[in-house]
Amino acid sequence: MLNSKVPQGPLAEKWTNHKNSIRLVNPANKRSIDVIVVGTGLAGSSAAASLAEMGYNVKAFCFQDSPRRAHSIAAQGGINAAKNYQNDGDSTYRLFYDTVKGGDYRSREANVYRLAEVSANIIDQCVAQGVPFARDYGGLLDNRSFGGVQVSRTFYAKGQTGQQLLLGACSALSRQISKGKVKLYNRHEMMDVVVVDGKCRGIIARNLVTGEVERHGAHAVILASGGYGNVFFLSTNAMGSNVSAAWKAHKKGAHFANPSFTQIHPTCIPVSGSHQSKLTLMSESLRNDGRIWVPRKKEDAQAVREGKLRPVDIREEDRDYYLERRYPAFGNLVPRDVASRAAKERCDAGFGVNETGEAVFLDYASAIERYGKTEANIRGLENPSASEIKALGTEVVKAKYGNLFDMYKQITADNPYETPMKIYPAVHYTMGGLWVDYNLMTAVPGLYAAGEANFSDHGANRLGASALMQGLADGYFVLPYTVGDYLADDIRTGPISTDHPAFEAAEKEVTERIQHFLNNPGDTPVDDFHRKLGRIMWNNCGMARNADGLKQAIADIRALREEFWKKVRVPGTATQYNPELDKAGRVADFLELGELMCVDALAREESCGGHFREEHQTAEGEALRNDADFTFVSAWEYTGDPSEAKLEKEELVYENIELKQRSYK
Amino acid sequence: MNLTLKVWRQNGPEDKGRMETYPVSDISEHMSFLEMMDVLNDQLVRDGKDPIAFDHDCREGICGMCSMFINGEAHGPGRGVTTCQLHMRSFKDGDTIYIEPWRAQAFPVIKDLVVDRSAFDRVIQAGGYVSVNTSGNTIDANTIPIPKADADEAFNAATCIGCGACVATCKNASAMLFVSAKVSQLALLPQGQPERELRVKRMVEQMDKEGFGNCTNTGACEVECPKGISLTNIARMNRDYLTASLKGE
Repeated sequence: MLNSKVPQGPLAEKWTNHKNSIRLVNPANKRSIDVIVVGTGLAGSSAAASLAEMGYNVKAFCFQDSPRRAHSIAAQGGINAAKNYQNDGDSTYRLFYDTVKGGDYRSREANVYRLAEVSANIIDQCVAQGVPFARDYGGLLDNRSFGGVQVSRTFYAKGQTGQQLLLGACSALSRQISKGKVKLYNRHEMMDVVVVDGKCRGIIARNLVTGEVERHGAHAVILASGGYGNVFFLSTNAMGSNVSAAWKAHKKGAHFANPSFTQIHPTCIPVSGSHQSKLTLMSESLRNDGRIWVPRKKEDAQAVREGKLRPVDIREEDRDYYLERRYPAFGNLVPRDVASRAAKERCDAGFGVNETGEAVFLDYASAIERYGKTEANIRGLENPSASEIKALGTEVVKAKYGNLFDMYKQITADNPYETPMKIYPAVHYTMGGLWVDYNLMTAVPGLYAAGEANFSDHGANRLGASALMQGLADGYFVLPYTVGDYLADDIRTGPISTDHPAFEAAEKEVTERIQHFLNNPGDTPVDDFHRKLGRIMWNNCGMARNADGLKQAIADIRALREEFWKKVRVPGTATQYNPELDKAGRVADFLELGELMCVDALAREESCGGHFREEHQTAEGEALRNDADFTFVSAWEYTGDPSEAKLEKEELVYENIELKQRSYK
Repeated sequence: MNLTLKVWRQNGPEDKGRMETYPVSDISEHMSFLEMMDVLNDQLVRDGKDPIAFDHDCREGICGMCSMFINGEAHGPGRGVTTCQLHMRSFKDGDTIYIEPWRAQAFPVIKDLVVDRSAFDRVIQAGGYVSVNTSGNTIDANTIPIPKADADEAFNAATCIGCGACVATCKNASAMLFVSAKVSQLALLPQGQPERELRVKRMVEQMDKEGFGNCTNTGACEVECPKGISLTNIARMNRDYLTASLKGE
């Protein structure tokens, strides 16, 4: 039975009390304890740096050539923190409440409260490290708003907040590397976790340059290996982002929680053709000022699609600002799941605006005008002309979103200052992940999961700018305490020997799988299978799901998996740099995970957050939760076949928040 | 469109390497350069040949992993873009395109177009940080106001993605633009002041140790930098380095 180990006591005091009561390891003993961290994104880098700083010997692994390239770097919009610098009524409780509500009441109260509680410290920490956040003219930190909230609590560094935070965390990591407290293994991939006598005691890793398979022992292992959005093939994830580390942990006894909870981000650049290898996000921050619309008349939409009508020529009264119409209270800043479904609804109804019919407009014309007028007032211009206002407004928009607009122009060859951008939802983030208790430990003792790799804080839908917050909270402020509590038992253990039969068996399995790929007499490249899997997932386990589709998807994935093992062709050898071989291993794991996602989506007979079951909706087409039967975390235990996974339920208890139908109207 | 690719193939650091010719056909102008390479690799795998190894990850211009020298230019003909953001509409039907790895002594080739850039990481490890513990018990983030102009300039320096285009472009394979961007970011912020002189000395020493060349103020690095890092940073670093040297720290 899973035990979430949430401490007793009032919500606001749980974390403080817990920190005061858990065990510490004295500095001399820390020097004889080894910790492995897999992944060097925000969660991994911050955890590795913090644990090393405390005195543990840390080994950090990343498959990229440098820790600074982990995909946290691509986060654009910002990071939330309950600082209330804007004096708009923000507080720890409000951030907690917004996050639980935004997650459609499917997250653990105590974890979310802790996240909100430590959020303010993250900003202090980052500023102290020299992270160049945006500032106002008074020299103080600037904020902006994100979806699903009514305050401005998002800190940002233009459109590249992720890169700046990651460089900050990596600088802390670099400092520890220079001291010899962290040993970095770049271009290494974790191939398996090793469990000895019921405890996680190390990993098997592969040097991607030499192909060498290595054993690494440790007293505890932290997986900060990110999310699994690439199961859809097309997503905003980096090409290398994968589920393998988490999936291997799952196969070794860690439960996989809420695997079907996927975030489809509403503002991405639409698919342009079959050659496409990935999708590009346009930051949610653009919804601060941009207005989303489609033509009100179908014939106008048709004419736009055929290139006969320019969007700027459609009159105001012939435009349907459908988010403002359906959700007047939150307008364009509704949460991501709501915005995505609304875009799909309009496009399915025939109002899509690009060749494929799968795009809506994100329009900056009124923001440019509004900012232009303000700027004209500031400069004391009397009766400015429309073109003067536009020029002034364009400058303001350029300063705020310039790099995002440039990126859009680069990819689409359209100028978003002159014509509305076209956007469509795309897979972006996975709320599901390894089940962890309050201490972020998985069901395997000594094996932890942090950041996007765990399931803990976002319920069924993540709010914008909360992923960066969670990654750094886990790494800087949670794990350094909770891992120590576990390691207090290991002060007399001594170094972990990698000669144990468990290491030998794990290494053998890894080597055999590699040899299988290389010797397989197939003829089809890995990407072919990945693309097919992606299509099955997007069509049946994407923005809308139903029982028939999910059952079909499960059958299709099983057939595809069988075909994969028979027909995949992996060129090259195991002793040199071989990216096709790396990809084959990752896709093999996606082919199992995809099935479990469908199994999970099928079992959850309700709609909540990003999980929308067509059978469960209100008359207005909104998600219809079933709190009586589904207020739990679905934690799946591996039994040898994804379809036979055993479901364990962690009941969610809400003592501080009343469960309500989520409304943004 | 149909293109002829001349691609550098090198089996490992010890291999001599050579250019090989590959025709590709039916390339859409909407493809990114790397998607065009995907098409070629797909074909090579189907034909039972060794696909071309190249570095790439985010494919949205921010991770700094992609690194191709295309027609004699780092990241190809575009300005302000990485290879992954270069689109095939920059080329025309019938073009011959030359694709090579970053070439620099400090960036040894791993395979084909993949080079080892860990020298950059070691330069950062030598001092590219503020020595503050991660306890979170620092002062409130708004305690020290930072003039917007300084914060913006620090940010501009901090936008460097560490791709190495500056090194690849420089005739001396100098890393001055990369190193100066990091030095500048921290030199422009109050948090970076206590270690300012020590930092610049250590980072420059490490840069020299890694075998990067000297700067002769040609400015090619600034032109090819996908993030538009300014040469001003190099001037600032030189000034800081001189100050630190004179003080004998």
